[in-house]
Amino acid sequence: MPRYYTEEHEWIDVDGDVATVGITDFAQGQLGDIVFVEVPDTGAELSQGGDAAVVESVKAASDVYAPVDGTVTEGNAQLEEDPSLVNSDPEGEGWFFRMTLADKSQLDGLMDAKAYKAFCDAL
Amino acid sequence: MHEDDEIPIETATLPLDAWHRAKGGRMVAFAGYWMPIQYEGIMAEHLWTREHAGLFDVSHMGQLALSGEGVAAALEMLVPGDISALKPGRMRYSLLLNDDGGILDDLMITNEGDQFGIVVNGAVKWDDIAHLREYLPDHITLNHKDDHGLLALQGPKAVTALSRLVPEAAGLVFMQAISATWNGHAIGLSRSGYTGEDGFEISLPNAALESFAEALCAMKEVKPIGLGARDSLRLEAGLPLYGHDLDENTDPVEGDLAFAISKRRREQGGFPGAARILGHLADGSPRKRVGLLVEGKIPVREGARLFDGNAEIGVVTSGGFAPSVGAPIAMGYVPTGLAGPGTAVAAEVRGKRVACTVTAMPFIPHRYVRKQGA
Repeated sequence: MPRYYTEEHEWIDVDGDVATVGITDFAQGQLGDIVFVEVPDTGAELSQGGDAAVVESVKAASDVYAPVDGTVTEGNAQLEEDPSLVNSDPEGEGWFFRMTLADKSQLDGLMDAKAYKAFCDAL
Repeated sequence: MHEDDEIPIETATLPLDAWHRAKGGRMVAFAGYWMPIQYEGIMAEHLWTREHAGLFDVSHMGQLALSGEGVAAALEMLVPGDISALKPGRMRYSLLLNDDGGILDDLMITNEGDQFGIVVNGAVKWDDIAHLREYLPDHITLNHKDDHGLLALQGPKAVTALSRLVPEAAGLVFMQAISATWNGHAIGLSRSGYTGEDGFEISLPNAALESFAEALCAMKEVKPIGLGARDSLRLEAGLPLYGHDLDENTDPVEGDLAFAISKRRREQGGFPGAARILGHLADGSPRKRVGLLVEGKIPVREGARLFDGNAEIGVVTSGGFAPSVGAPIAMGYVPTGLAGPGTAVAAEVRGKRVACTVTAMPFIPHRYVRKQGA
């Protein structure tokens, strides 16, 4: 299952026509203690680069952007009860939402793990 | 606003800059300086301070000293506190006021015997210095102690830790100050702080800062704490942050700081904006700073608009997740008629209404040591 990364520090796992989206370990480290996550409603239409979710740390609220166009199929309900999953397992249990892929060619513009690591190292 | 506001000013470094970085501090620009926002994490640092002792570097704050004939009376022309009645070794929270009674800064004034020490907020210290120079009589000397840093050691174990270095610390009570010596350095010591916990603020020559901080952090009770936890701790303690919860359009009654207007000054007036402030004391102010308990988990932050039904009634000036409360809290301004504890209001966050309840502050009880042996 290929995983892609954005310059806004989201990851996207693609499985056929459906993808899972979250924020990276680097992102959660920068944000610090996560106290609230607002995931999009099922059925929400997302467009690449547009607002998709909100993640709040003790000190600030940050937007999470849609890595590609598509429709939300599920938000991670577990984050409502336990937002700290984003800190403890950002690239696993701490996923934000699942979405359909409207235009798979958009994935070509994203980074793979190696490119993302180089991107973070340069920050 | 000044015309020269557009000139970019380079962020300066404080004497402990390298020490913070070596301790893992994540540095951010604040009040014109690079300062540590956090080390291991805001939540852990906040809870550590409430349980043990946290060391804060607040060397960005302005440490001033005023001396000269009649200095107490001269200060009373600018602040509403009873400075003449302040005994040597005692300190008082006060407010620098403009002619309309608006708050230019909140500050601590200490009677140091031969002079008055004043600690002002870092973000406005240059404006404060200019204001004092302009309005104090020429024979009053203002000394900016920029060769000194300021540390705060806060938390229930602060007295245990600090007493090992400066035994006199244990003899102080809240809002009492002394001079002492540590390793040959003259230091200033007061039992005060900005967290609601027992604790101390220590003024040291720049050259002594690092060794003093290192000596404290070598103790098992003490960890360095960043600005992030400083903000969440003071919010839980109900203490306003200048530039956010207080500004030059807000008077002390609106800011719920009427305690800073001493009894004699209420009777005699003679401080800037006395007409407005005494009027608000007698008849109530149109609006008031209040605490807000937030229902649910959505943090309500600075700038969130407040509603009573469909009517917009005020604004949140500070807010966020409160680690010791375990829920979001906020402070903000509402009409005095809606300022009573228990009043239901709503805050708007990303277009949604979040239910809030006006509550008495502090959110976490203060634990100041007011009497020795108590």
